[in-house]
Amino acid sequence: MSFNIEALRNEFPILSRKVNGQPLVYFDNGATAQKPQVMIDALNNYYSFENANIHRGVHSLSQEATTAFEAARTKAQVYFNAAKSEEIIFTKGTTDGINLLAGSFGRTFINEGDEVIISTMEHHSNIVPWQMICDERKAKLRIAPINEKGELLLDELKAMVNEKTQLISIVHISNALGTINPVKEIIDFAHANDVLVMIDGAQSVPHMKIDVQVWDCDFFVFSAHKMFGPTGIGILYGKEHLLNKMPPYQGGGDMIKTVSFERTTYNELPHKFEAGTPNIAAGVALNATFDFLNKLDWKVIHTHETELLDYATAELKKIDGLRIIGEAANKASVISFLVDGTHPFDVGVILDQMGIAVRTGHHCTQPLMDWYKIPGTIRASFAIYNTKKEVDKMIVALNRAIKMLR
Amino acid sequence: MTIKERQDEIIDEFSIFSDWMDKYEYIISLGKELPMINEANKTDDNIIKGCQSQVWLNGQLENGKILFTADSDAIITKGIIALLIRVVSDQTPNEILNNELYFIDQIGLKEHLSPTRSNGLVSMVKKMKLFALGYKAKTEN
Ligand SMILES: Cc1ncc(COP(=O)(O)O)c(C=O)c1O
Repeated sequence: MSFNIEALRNEFPILSRKVNGQPLVYFDNGATAQKPQVMIDALNNYYSFENANIHRGVHSLSQEATTAFEAARTKAQVYFNAAKSEEIIFTKGTTDGINLLAGSFGRTFINEGDEVIISTMEHHSNIVPWQMICDERKAKLRIAPINEKGELLLDELKAMVNEKTQLISIVHISNALGTINPVKEIIDFAHANDVLVMIDGAQSVPHMKIDVQVWDCDFFVFSAHKMFGPTGIGILYGKEHLLNKMPPYQGGGDMIKTVSFERTTYNELPHKFEAGTPNIAAGVALNATFDFLNKLDWKVIHTHETELLDYATAELKKIDGLRIIGEAANKASVISFLVDGTHPFDVGVILDQMGIAVRTGHHCTQPLMDWYKIPGTIRASFAIYNTKKEVDKMIVALNRAIKMLR
Repeated sequence: MTIKERQDEIIDEFSIFSDWMDKYEYIISLGKELPMINEANKTDDNIIKGCQSQVWLNGQLENGKILFTADSDAIITKGIIALLIRVVSDQTPNEILNNELYFIDQIGLKEHLSPTRSNGLVSMVKKMKLFALGYKAKTEN
């Protein structure tokens, strides 16, 4: 099946701009994805004609805004196949979702002597909140190891699970390595041992469609901005019976049923976890984002992105002294690499001069970089709209940068 | 030469570069030529950890003037360090404290001295001034 990449690219206005006088080649999709016009229009339209606070007013505007905001929740429920829309909690993003979970779930389910398992390849946002709560609750944070290819050592992870384990919180796709972890197997094993599982799906959502009931994960977090949506909004999916057992995380408006100075009763799901005025504009624009995503043929996209990954990997390997960091058998279209005799920062600066946006540094995965004993990498992360021609441009630019730097 | 004169000299030098490649090739060559910092001076006190690259900076007072030596793991950062040292090193604490650094802006490298680059250079300039403040206090006592 062919897919009209030019038409798709045309939906993203930013892709036709120039950077430093050169046509933009955007390979920093892992940091944030670009936005289709339909989403931008929705944001614009909301502020232009629909703006009102939600869940509070009897007036028509407020009703409309509330309906649009709640419609996005239902779309999310359908898209990720959650059992109920109450299981979709709006957050600020992945980081916020994990903090909510650590703060609320952590203070309820994690007690002295308990254990939480993460892995070596976690993003800081799936490390630090757990460190904080484990510190507070006198629990132990355990780190499942990886091999040199950047693959999770599943047997070792399984061996870590014991009667004290409360939660495994693990990344589905590593932002620094591209590794796709076998989350289904982890979830099945965990459940067989009465352990709950949270999946960090920040890097999954732009590359595939996820069905939370097929996975049977207990919690799933991601940020909308990485899946072509607006910034400032994300989702924490949680199973209803678990969310119901968790106390509110922040207090304020919207999350209450009744407030008196003696006693406050809390609102029901999902509002219990959504204190204060949310990012309404982003929520409304999520509708357009889901409409956009629903039009995509994920099979075709998978083929396209795999081709890009294989092609770029093969071309990069032709460069003398280039080392790919992260060579897992199962990988998303993310390539981290280092070039002998050059520093990632220098390569990034030169590529930028040629209009090519890559990420350099530790990618918020310092423990992982320490594990590899490297200061950081250069990372090219591809999205649905990237092309082989753009990969060619990066290779030419890279060769030029290496010539200048060595 | 005063700090101002040194800055103007660099601005003049950079004015001949017609494209970014020439400019960066020059910066890279400066980075490669920057005299090595004494390994003993690469202490924890002297390190500036940027998110992207690290910088080491040492300042020593000799005959009333501060001699700076520095290093970085990234060569472009190091090239810009070479320029900064050329301007600021071998000057009195007072001169270092009383002069603005405007040349970086004028030679089109402003983004390298923005906090968002987090290559350690912003903190390095701050640290140069701190050295000057420290030595000023010492010499005036
Ligand atoms: C794997 C992973 N987890 C978490 C995050 C944090 O996402 P956000 O900054 O949107 O909260 C990121 C973003 O870089 C990520 O790649």
